[in-house]
Amino acid sequence: MTRSPIDGASVLTLAVTPDDHRIARYAAAAIALTVAEAAIPSPLPGVKPGLANIVVLMVLERHGWRDAAWVSLLRVVAGSLLVGQFLAPGFFLSLCGALCSLLVLGVAQGLPRRFFGPVSCSILAAFAHIGGQLLVARLWLVPHDGVFYLVPLFATAALIFGIVNGLVAARLLRQLDSKPDAEGVIA
Amino acid sequence: MNPSVSLWLSLMRPGDWIVTALGLMLAGVSYPLLWHGGAADRAVVRRDGAVVAELPLNAARRLSVPGPIGATVIETAPGRARVASDPGPRQYCVKQGWLSQAGAIAICAPNHISLSLAGSGSHDSIAY
Repeated sequence: MTRSPIDGASVLTLAVTPDDHRIARYAAAAIALTVAEAAIPSPLPGVKPGLANIVVLMVLERHGWRDAAWVSLLRVVAGSLLVGQFLAPGFFLSLCGALCSLLVLGVAQGLPRRFFGPVSCSILAAFAHIGGQLLVARLWLVPHDGVFYLVPLFATAALIFGIVNGLVAARLLRQLDSKPDAEGVIA
Repeated sequence: MNPSVSLWLSLMRPGDWIVTALGLMLAGVSYPLLWHGGAADRAVVRRDGAVVAELPLNAARRLSVPGPIGATVIETAPGRARVASDPGPRQYCVKQGWLSQAGAIAICAPNHISLSLAGSGSHDSIAY
């Protein structure tokens, strides 16, 4: 706490740690991808590539689950603010999907790394994401079993985008490992 | 092999293939399980809102239903049904042709007769 020169009002200065800077950089990248993705037309509402999850997967691999959770949830909140969906149904679908994904990613962290890479994490998280979204949709938005008619489409999209995002994350991680000081460029 | 393909494949670890296969299975089993419910299995014919006949959609047959201005002919075939002829002046229900989705309906208003398809867990539409 320091005294402000103006009116003698007290000013609270929050210490910003390097962790905060790093999380903010990653979250900014994830938010940018969310906004870019909102411009891509989708044949079915709810079917999106989830490009921001590439960032989450990379953070998970390099900095652990806690940082990944921060980036993911900051992405959901700030991304929804930017596309005008904050507290709209889409926001809650997104939030519940992200929470379920993080839960599954936390469990998947226990898998042996030698055999299960970012692609596994990505597919598991993608399925958890649609699971969470369907849960909100069924319990709240469309209280009818009709929502489950869309499960085959969602599951197919989750599988395809899960694999693609996982591969992209794995490739970016490999590039980062070969050039450790390149992190500032990507995030 | 194309070098760029082998580069991407090198990113897959053994367990990743297992997870991919499991995901493929999960997506695969969801198709018949959840899309089967949309198919119709019987045609329901009503006159003035009261059911006059329920026809299973497993065989071809014709049914003539008398109404106030004449007879409406309902025709069924495996998995679908239609109004084959109707005495109404505008023929809207006949022009609708074959119906095959559960919840689909053809209404011959002048003759007070409707043909609707029912299935297990049928919906008119899903809006969101």
